[in-house]
Amino acid sequence: MDLLTLARLQFAATTVYHFLFVPLTLGLSFLVAWMQYKYYKTHDQAWDTLTRYFGTLFLINFAVGVVTGIVQEFQFGMNWSNYSRFVGDIFGAPLAIEALAAFFLESTFLGLWIFGRDKLSPKLHLATIWIVAFASSLSSLWILIANSFMQSPTAFKIVETAFGPRAEMTDFWALITNPHVLRQFPHVLASGLATGAIFVLAISALNLLMSHKNDVFKKLIKPMSIVGAIALILSVGAGDAQGKYIAKHQPMKLATSEALWETTASAPFSIVSVIDEKRGMNGVSIEIPYALSILATNDPNATVQGINDLQKQYEAEYGPGDYTPPVALMFYSFRAMVYAGTLMLIVMILSIIFSKKLQQHRWYYVILVLMLPLPYLCNTAGWIFAEVGRTPWIVQGILKLQDGISTAASANATTVLISLIGFVVLYGILAIIDVSLMANFIKKGLKNIDQTIQEEKEVVTTW
Amino acid sequence: MVSLSTLWFILIGILFTGFLFLEGFDFGVGALVPFVAKNDAERQIAIGTIGPVWDGNEVWLLTAGGAMFAAFPYWYATMFSGFYLALFLVLVALIVRGVTFEFRNKDAYRIWRENWDTALSISSILPAILFPVAFANLIGGTPLAIQNGRLEYIGGFFDLLTPFTLSAGIAGCAFLLYHGAVYLALKSSGKVEARSIALGQKLGIATLGTALLLALMAWITLGINGVLSPLLFVLAMLLAVCSYLVFTKGKYKLALALNFLVIVFGMASLFTGLFPNVMISSLDPSLSLSIADAASSSYTLKTMTIITATLLPVVLLYQLWTFKVFKSRVTINDVKY
Repeated sequence: MDLLTLARLQFAATTVYHFLFVPLTLGLSFLVAWMQYKYYKTHDQAWDTLTRYFGTLFLINFAVGVVTGIVQEFQFGMNWSNYSRFVGDIFGAPLAIEALAAFFLESTFLGLWIFGRDKLSPKLHLATIWIVAFASSLSSLWILIANSFMQSPTAFKIVETAFGPRAEMTDFWALITNPHVLRQFPHVLASGLATGAIFVLAISALNLLMSHKNDVFKKLIKPMSIVGAIALILSVGAGDAQGKYIAKHQPMKLATSEALWETTASAPFSIVSVIDEKRGMNGVSIEIPYALSILATNDPNATVQGINDLQKQYEAEYGPGDYTPPVALMFYSFRAMVYAGTLMLIVMILSIIFSKKLQQHRWYYVILVLMLPLPYLCNTAGWIFAEVGRTPWIVQGILKLQDGISTAASANATTVLISLIGFVVLYGILAIIDVSLMANFIKKGLKNIDQTIQEEKEVVTTW
Repeated sequence: MVSLSTLWFILIGILFTGFLFLEGFDFGVGALVPFVAKNDAERQIAIGTIGPVWDGNEVWLLTAGGAMFAAFPYWYATMFSGFYLALFLVLVALIVRGVTFEFRNKDAYRIWRENWDTALSISSILPAILFPVAFANLIGGTPLAIQNGRLEYIGGFFDLLTPFTLSAGIAGCAFLLYHGAVYLALKSSGKVEARSIALGQKLGIATLGTALLLALMAWITLGINGVLSPLLFVLAMLLAVCSYLVFTKGKYKLALALNFLVIVFGMASLFTGLFPNVMISSLDPSLSLSIADAASSSYTLKTMTIITATLLPVVLLYQLWTFKVFKSRVTINDVKY
């Protein structure tokens, strides 16, 4: 394989893996903080138990998210050095600010939360987890500001330097209020919250199925269904706004995600399609009339640009080349996201409406457990859709992927392959350990938590 | 008047200084765990001294890396793509280290925990060697040349390992282990404390010995280059001697403070030696990567200066507060299950 393919594979592997852990961190931090707040307010022991229970799962998840994040910070320089040289003047700033403003806050206060239970007042201890939750969101904001520049570059000028041209920042405020990020950030944050809510629901349901002694988890079913439903509605809303923005600024991303080969007025949305990329056409399609035009512009009669026209237009603008992202991958990742999201939303809404009735049936809890993979499918598909949709650009319309790759002799196909294999093996081992630790913890159930609480009480009374 | 890019050059030095001081004792403690603690309770005490703070300390590295990207994209790109495999090893070590803290206590099996502690030790020693090697390469010079109009590192992994850079790796590692022992002497208790004190004495001697070797190698490799940089290095060595002397007198807090100054003067020596470059070419001095050529635009630097000047003091305040919250020694009462 050539260097470009290897470097892309490595970035895809490490980023998709990292993003398996991040959305749960984003959402679960707020939910654990909320549980601890309930305990602080009500002094009901059940909330303390739940806080510690989900707090432990949060930490196991957080550990992998944090260490895989370190790689993200450095691999731009390692594998994409010419990209780093070209956009560092703009792209480096949000990354540095992310570390300075969010990572410090997140990790320092997480340390205080884990180890500070008996050293801080209950109020201050509660504050630390809220700060962690806030800092996680802040960190995602800064990284999405950086990402949005790649999707929809804004506030820059190209300047000639001693070592070739580069993009320079012209307006910091415009960079951080990029219209793309104003839609993307709420979408990602709401999806994280939905991931957290569904995770809590699935784990709670699992506990309720395992033993009737776990009744404490019943407290969570309805509130988490409500959080999940609201988060999903917000996520859909923000996603829709993002879609309309993409229709204008990254029309090729939209066209490929719909496998829309020809420019079409009153374009339909196809529910399923057999896509023939080689011949540039679709076989059997089941379609909803006007739906794509509505999605793209809110107008059922609007014209949506097709792949073939856009390809021609880009060739005229940027010279010969392939400007079409892999259509089938785009089409199906977009659908995986939308369908999984819709399914979750339906279950959440039914959960709220028929809350009392459903909770009497075991099969309802089985369904909740089975929901667990859905948010992960959704997040991964969404991320693939967003990033693959940029191909062949590393920065939309400005820099192509092959021009962003490292050219140092030491970052060659062999060394990139070594590091790719190294990361994949290491991440694989981490995944196995992480999942088995979580499974073990869940299997042991509440015993561990109750024991810890009991021990702490004994220490207090013997004092 | 100091230019903005020079200011950021100094600031990168400050960020790496903070990283080496704070994460430095984390590396030292991690590496020493199997040597100062002989059973699980003792290991928990040793690890417990850095448990609440290591993650926040590591952010100094992420911030330094991010700041290099923002302020000196050319430095970030050239160094990290050039030192590719070395950086890969560092990343693997940091990943393994990071999860050990969270994973080891999640299972009660003795073998499980001991394996994680071994992993912690190895993954702490590795960066303690590799970071000093990398810093030595900046000043010692690496094969930089113009390729396709860009300044690139044209060597391989083994070009990074010269007698000079290896001596820096050994001396740096010895010092960071000593630094960890000082921290343990200050923060642990019981047998862990006693073993740390005994080990610290040996590591102090090892630090001074290897530092002399480093000085010799630096003299052979770099010659006497200017006045300030060698002078600062000699001062760092003298401060290390002082640290060792007060350590043997049982003044651990003072020894830790002196270690801080050792790092400050050591990094000051490195950065004044580099000035006005960020990476020196071993092929031709005119092919060195200069601060001016590596730097971001003045608009970006100005923006980042305002943001950093606002945020960094706040970070320092709450990190200091955290150390105050966890100021007491870690004892047997802190051991869980």
